Amino acid sequence: MIRPLLAKLASVAIMMFARALTAARALWHETGLPPKQSVYFANHSSHGDFILIWAVLPPWLREHARPVASAEYWLKSKLTSFIGRDVFNAVLIERDPAARTSDPVEQMAAALDDGASLIVFPEGTRNQTEARLLPFKSGLYHLARKRPDVALVPVWINNLNRVMPKGEFVPIPLICTINFGEPLKVRPDESKGDFIARAEGALVALAPAQTDNDA
Amino acid sequence: MSTTTSDMVTLLLGVGGILLFASAVGYALQRKLSPDGSNGAIENLNARIKAWWAMVFLIAIAFIAGRVGVLLLFAFCSFAALREFITLINTRRADHWAIAAAFFLALPINYYLLWAEEYGIYAIFIPVYAFLLMPIIAVLRGDTQNFLLRISEVQWALMICVFCASHVPALLTLQIPGYEGRNVLLIAFLVIVVQSSDVLQYVWGKLFGRTKIAPMLSPSKTVEGFVGGVASATLLGASLWWITPFTPFQAGLMSFIITMMGFFGGLVMSAIKRDRGVKDWGHLIEGHGGLIDRLDSVVFSAPIFFHLTRYWWSLT
Repeated sequence: MIRPLLAKLASVAIMMFARALTAARALWHETGLPPKQSVYFANHSSHGDFILIWAVLPPWLREHARPVASAEYWLKSKLTSFIGRDVFNAVLIERDPAARTSDPVEQMAAALDDGASLIVFPEGTRNQTEARLLPFKSGLYHLARKRPDVALVPVWINNLNRVMPKGEFVPIPLICTINFGEPLKVRPDESKGDFIARAEGALVALAPAQTDNDA
Repeated sequence: MSTTTSDMVTLLLGVGGILLFASAVGYALQRKLSPDGSNGAIENLNARIKAWWAMVFLIAIAFIAGRVGVLLLFAFCSFAALREFITLINTRRADHWAIAAAFFLALPINYYLLWAEEYGIYAIFIPVYAFLLMPIIAVLRGDTQNFLLRISEVQWALMICVFCASHVPALLTLQIPGYEGRNVLLIAFLVIVVQSSDVLQYVWGKLFGRTKIAPMLSPSKTVEGFVGGVASATLLGASLWWITPFTPFQAGLMSFIITMMGFFGGLVMSAIKRDRGVKDWGHLIEGHGGLIDRLDSVVFSAPIFFHLTRYWWSLT
């Protein structure tokens, strides 16, 4: 009884904080809002990434959206597991293939079958390099093969890496835009390499042109 | 009802009347020329008018809430403006602490000093203390690439968005004999003159604009708009002498200075936008772009207006 209420309060507080800090704004693709059930795949540079996507989705899309996150990270403490499980209802996957007991792709497919949308970061880890994207892991491809009818929506999160770079613990307020691209699906005869290249290209195409700002 | 309150109500009724008229015109234009919402210029005009209602409403609430309300409103404006500004400048990882200090120390301290009416330290806090301390914070990180550029930009952002902008609520600290308790009307005077100058320049420019005045900086600004806007806003300011400590002639002269500073301030901020390759500073106010897009002329005129008034009229 208390726990869901606390979770609701925490989600409102986190969302207000994220908005105050970043004035987050979504830029939708010209074809309109993403389909009700989507797999949002985004660039990953900060722990706040999924919060921003989640915050800018309209309520009727947000209520179905579940981030896919690392169990190792989110089950570390009581607080993080409260935030991961109760507040964001994350699909927690085990990243270490040797140690894991359940298959992440199966878990994600099961969540889709329950009607959820997913927020995934196919780079697999936060990008700390100068490159715009790290090479995608193959999970997105395997998920797309398993549930070929679900739309995959590329989402570029701009500027959040400047708000709170790795190793800092005070965020600075900067305006962030979240750029949603055209939904894509895996083609029947598409190879893994071709699909991954196409998905990476669709995501990078949403990034703003390189400016002096990045120098 | 005190004279200050009744003057305030008169002003609000006047501004409300003008907005009502603007809304009616906007509605008529929309029905006639853009019934399906396809005419961009008219949709933008109506979005602007709507945003004006919201802004006037907010300012009115802040005035009713008194000194603290006005300070909080402008502290929020400074925060949002600084956020827009810092988003556009060159920063590196090494600037993180300096920027965090600008947001979470310099900004609140600046407004606290206004609240405490510590004018002496307020007047030098950002120009001297922040100016010297922020590069020290940045240099400790040891990253020298573009160092002068980076620290200059952060200092400029603080000066414009926090120090200069806070000279609007600073008007409340002036002590003008025979004008006690009415300082809030000085803010109203400044804001009305600056903003009406912007709007009137837009209107005159739309109606009679032929000759571009600064094609490299702001292609929509014209000589006709500039002359007509400044002249009519100066007259409007002179006609508002009854809410100020000035004579009608002095009020007109002040308005002229305010509108000129506002115009050139707008050009300076345009130049920065062009250099950064953006059209608007942000997207906070529907139809207007960012907060700085609306605040640029106020920011440039407020400190000058403050100091002229302080030098010749105030005891402090």
